[in-house]
Amino acid sequence: MAELSRSQGSGGSTRSGISRRTFLKHGGTSAVGAALLEAGAAQAAVDGSMQDDANEVLGPGLIPIDLTINGRRVPVQAEPATTLVDVLRNHLGLTGTKIGCDRGACSACTVWLDGQPASSCMTLALDARGRNITTIEGLAEGGKLHPVQQAFIEHDALQCGFCTPGMVMSCAALIDRKPDAGIDEVKAAISGHLCRCGTYPNIFAAVLAVAGENRRRGT
Amino acid sequence: MATENQARADRPSLRSQSLLYGIVGQEMRQVTRQVPDDEPPQLPVNAELRSIGKSIPRLDAVQKVTGAAKYTFDVQLPGMLYARQIVCPWPHARVISIDTSAAERHPGVRAVHVLETLLQSARLRDPEAEARNKYPTVRFAGQTVAAVAAETQRIADQAAKLVKVEYERLPHVTDLDAAMDDEAPIVFPGPVEQPSTAGGGGAPEGLPQKGNVRGPNFGMPGMTPTGDIDQGLAEADVIVETEYRTQVQTHVPMETHGIVADWQDDGLTIYASTQHTHSVRDEAAEYFDLPKSKIRVISDFTGGGFGAKYGINNFGLLAIHLSQKAGAPVRMMLDRREEHVSAGNRPNSLQRVRIGAKQDGTLTAIDVISWGSGGIAGGAGIGFCFNALYPCPNMRTEQYDVFTNAGPCAAFRAPGQVQGIFSLEQAMDELADRLQLDPLILRDRIDTKPTDDMLARAHERKVAAERFGWSRRRPPNADAGPIKRGIGMAQAQWVYVVSPPTTVEVRVADDGSVSVYNSTQDVGTGTRTVLAQVVAEEFGLNAEDIGVFIGDTRFPWGPPSGGSRVTASVTAPARNAAYAAARDLAARLAPLFDDADPDDIFFADGKVGVRGKEGAARPLKDAAKEAKFGEISKLAKRHDDYEGFAVPGELSISRHGLGGVQFAEVAVDVETGVVKVERIVAASDCGRPINPKLVESQVIGGIIQGVSYAIYEDRIMDAASGHQLNANVDQYKMVGSRETPAIEVLLMEQIGAQSSTDARGIAEASNVATSAAIANAFYNATGKRIRTLPMNPANVLATLSA
Repeated sequence: MAELSRSQGSGGSTRSGISRRTFLKHGGTSAVGAALLEAGAAQAAVDGSMQDDANEVLGPGLIPIDLTINGRRVPVQAEPATTLVDVLRNHLGLTGTKIGCDRGACSACTVWLDGQPASSCMTLALDARGRNITTIEGLAEGGKLHPVQQAFIEHDALQCGFCTPGMVMSCAALIDRKPDAGIDEVKAAISGHLCRCGTYPNIFAAVLAVAGENRRRGT
Repeated sequence: MATENQARADRPSLRSQSLLYGIVGQEMRQVTRQVPDDEPPQLPVNAELRSIGKSIPRLDAVQKVTGAAKYTFDVQLPGMLYARQIVCPWPHARVISIDTSAAERHPGVRAVHVLETLLQSARLRDPEAEARNKYPTVRFAGQTVAAVAAETQRIADQAAKLVKVEYERLPHVTDLDAAMDDEAPIVFPGPVEQPSTAGGGGAPEGLPQKGNVRGPNFGMPGMTPTGDIDQGLAEADVIVETEYRTQVQTHVPMETHGIVADWQDDGLTIYASTQHTHSVRDEAAEYFDLPKSKIRVISDFTGGGFGAKYGINNFGLLAIHLSQKAGAPVRMMLDRREEHVSAGNRPNSLQRVRIGAKQDGTLTAIDVISWGSGGIAGGAGIGFCFNALYPCPNMRTEQYDVFTNAGPCAAFRAPGQVQGIFSLEQAMDELADRLQLDPLILRDRIDTKPTDDMLARAHERKVAAERFGWSRRRPPNADAGPIKRGIGMAQAQWVYVVSPPTTVEVRVADDGSVSVYNSTQDVGTGTRTVLAQVVAEEFGLNAEDIGVFIGDTRFPWGPPSGGSRVTASVTAPARNAAYAAARDLAARLAPLFDDADPDDIFFADGKVGVRGKEGAARPLKDAAKEAKFGEISKLAKRHDDYEGFAVPGELSISRHGLGGVQFAEVAVDVETGVVKVERIVAASDCGRPINPKLVESQVIGGIIQGVSYAIYEDRIMDAASGHQLNANVDQYKMVGSRETPAIEVLLMEQIGAQSSTDARGIAEASNVATSAAIANAFYNATGKRIRTLPMNPANVLATLSA
C-alpha cells in the first residue's frame, strides 16, 4: 500500500536530484541536529559541485522558491529541506491539505502535480518548482464544485472528514483521467489512502456515480 | 454538572400519557408512560415527518470536501509556537536528572517544561512508595518527560533532542503472560487506582492487587455474580470450555491527538481535537487551578477519536505550561508514532469461558475469567456482554487487569464488549454446533431478556438472515480446494446511555431565523446535521436554514462523544427547546393573523399560517419582521427517560440496550493462511434514526473497524527493548479500499417511547459483533475454531495445523 502510494505519489520528487528521502539519508534520519543537517547539505553541495558545475548550491538557509499553486504564481522563502505540505500549510495557510503520517503511507496529504496525485509530505517544495500544483482549495472552479466533490456530499463519502481532501484529490484525478472508471480502478486509486471512519464503500459509490453519469453522457 | 440530588430537585411534574411503541412496520402498540408536563407531543413515525428521518447530506459536507473545515490540526494563531515532546526511550526507568539548558539556549526556542504530574496512568494508592522521586517514573518506552516550544516545528524537533535526561533503568515486562508471573518485573510498586473516562474503561476502587495483577473485578454495578456456577455446570447436558485471546489494537484517528493552548492574563483558550470539550475544560481547571469560567475550549472539527480523545492528557498539560511560560499560543500535535505508542489502545485479553446448557439450549451456567493488559493503565476488562445478552441463573465474570510496561489503554469503540463478544458469540456458535441447533434457533431460544434490544435482535435476525441468504449455509469445511468459503453470524449488545445534564438552547432571531446551541462536538457522526433536522421540524424549516453552534464550552453543557450517547442526549432537549420557542413564536405572531389562537398557528415550508386558513400563510421571514417581537431564547435540559434509568447519574444507563446482528461471509486460503472477508450484512437499531444515511455510514464504519480488528490490526511489542515495532501506518496494517468487503446495512426504526425524539446511539453497537461473525464464518469454512485474533496468516495456519 505504502509502496503504491509512493510510486503514485511522488512522481516528480527526483527531478532536482534531491528527494526528501535521499536528503534525509545524507543527514541521518533520526538523531539529527541542525549541525548534522547542515553538514549533510554541505557535503551534498560539495559532491554536487564536483560532479556537475551546473548544479545549484541551495541552502541550508532560506532560499526563494517559486511555485504555481492553483493557477497562481506564489513566491515563498523556505529552507531547501522544506516539504511541499509544509509550505502549503505553514507558509501559505492552505490547511485543507492534511498530514496523517508524514511518511507517504496514508495519502492524507495528496495534491496534484501537473494533474497527477502526489504525496505532498514526500515531495520537497523545491521539486514542485515549474509544476502546476493543485490543492483541495483549488479543485472547485469558479465556485463550482468538482463532480467528485459533489458526489462525496451526496453519498456521504466522509465522516470526520480529515482524510477527505486527500481522497477527493485522488478520486478527482481518476475521473479526470478516466471519466468512466470502474470499481477496480476506484479501489486502486485510493488504495494508498487510509480512512479510519470507514467511508470506503460510500467513496466507491460516489465515484462510480460520477463515472456512471459520464458514461451516460458519453464523455 | 447535575448530581443526582439536583436532578431530583428539578424533577418536573408528570402526566400520564399513552404513547406509540414498537418496531415500525411491525405490530406496534400503545404503552402508558409518565411524561414530564413540558414535553411536546410524541412524534409520529418518520414517514410522517418532513425533516426528521430524512437522509439529507450532512451540513458540514461542503466544508469537508473543499478543505475549508478547520481542525485543531489546522489552527494557526498569530505568534503561535510549535511544541515537541521529549519522550523516554526506555520502557521502565527512574528519571535522575534533566538538563534543559542547551535546549533553552537553542535559537528560536521560547519555552521548555518538564512534566511534574503524569496523567494517562494508573495511580499508586499510596504514593509514598515513589515519594522520593523528583519526576514521574517512566513505565513505558515513549512516555513523556518534557516538552519544548519553538518558533517552528523544525526548531522544536531539533531542540527536543538537546534536552539531556539521565535515567536509571529498571527491569521491564511487556507481555501479558510474562507479566502475570510471580517473578515478573513489577510495573507499579504497590496497588493502583484507575478512574474511567467519559468513554468508559477504568475499574472500581480498592480492588486487591498482587504484583502486576489487579482484581478480581466483577464487572459493572448491578452485574455481580449470581447463582452457583458448579451447580449450573452439573445441570448442563453440554459444556463448552475454551480459551480465547485478543490482541492490542490502537485507535489511529487520522487527526492525531493535540491541542493549541493560548494562555492569556484574562483566561485560557484551548483548541482541542477532542471527544468532549468540557472534559478538556474540567481537567485544565483542575491542574492549573483556574475557575472553569475562565477557560474556553473550542473544537470545530475533530478528526476522529474512537474513544481515546478525552481530557488534556500529558501533552496538553505540557502545552498549557509552555503557553503560560512563553506568553504565546502553543500548538502541540502528536506525531503518528506518539499517537500509536502513548495515546491509547484497546487492551488485549486472555479469556477462559465455560458455558453450560441443556439439550434444548437453555443456559445453565456462564463462567468467565479474563486477564487483559492496558499497559500502565487499568480498564482491560472484557465488558458486560456475558451478563447483559443472555439471561442465565448461574453467572460469574471475573476480570483482572494486568499491568505491563506499555502505553496506557483508553476507551475504544465499545470498550471490553468487542473482546467479550468475540468469545461469547463464538462459544454460542460452538454450543449450537454441539447441540445440533441452527445458531439462529439457539438465539431465538436464549435471547429473552425483556428489553428493547432483545426485540430488535429478534427482528434483525429474521431480516438479516433473509437478505444474507442464511439458508444456503453448508456444513463446516464443505469446499474441497484450498480456498474455503463459509458463513457465520453473531449478535451485538451495547448499552443505551444518556447524559441528563445535557442542555440545549434554541433562539429565534427577530428576522425569524433559528439557531441551536450546545457545547458538544462533532467527531464525524453528523451531530450538527441531526440537531438542525430536529429543530427544523418544529419550525417547518429546512435543516440547512438552521444555524448550528456546537464545539464550544461557551454554549450550554453537552455530552461527551462516548458511549454512543450524543444523539440520544442532545436531540430530545433540542426538540423540547425548539418546541417551546416555536410555541412562543406562534403567540407573538398570532396578532398578525386576526389575533388567532396561538395553538392554531402552524409553521410549514418556511411559512407561518393559521389552521383552516392555509391559503393566508405567509413567509415566516416577512411575518417576523412585521411583528418586531425581539429575540426568543429557550433552554431545555435532557429529561430522564420516561421509564427512568437503571443507573441514573451524569452517565445514565437504561435497562434497555442497543442490539444488532451481523452475518459474515469469508474465504480462507488454507495454504497461505490469508482470510478475506467478502461480505457483511448488518441489521442495526438505534431507536428512531434521525438521519438514516448518517446512521448507515456509522454502521459501515463500525463494520470496517471490526473487520480490521479481526483480520489485520496488531500492536507488536518487542519484549527485549520494550518498544512497539509497528508504530506507524505502513506496518500497523488496517483495512483499506482493497480489503473492504461488500457491506449491506438494514436499519430499523424502533420507537421506545422514552424521550421526545426516541433517538439512540449506533457507533459502538455497530462494531461489536463483527469479529465473532467472521470467526464463526471461519469455522463454517474450515471446520476449525479460530480463538486467537487477529486472523493473520500466522494465527490462521497455527489454528489449521492444530
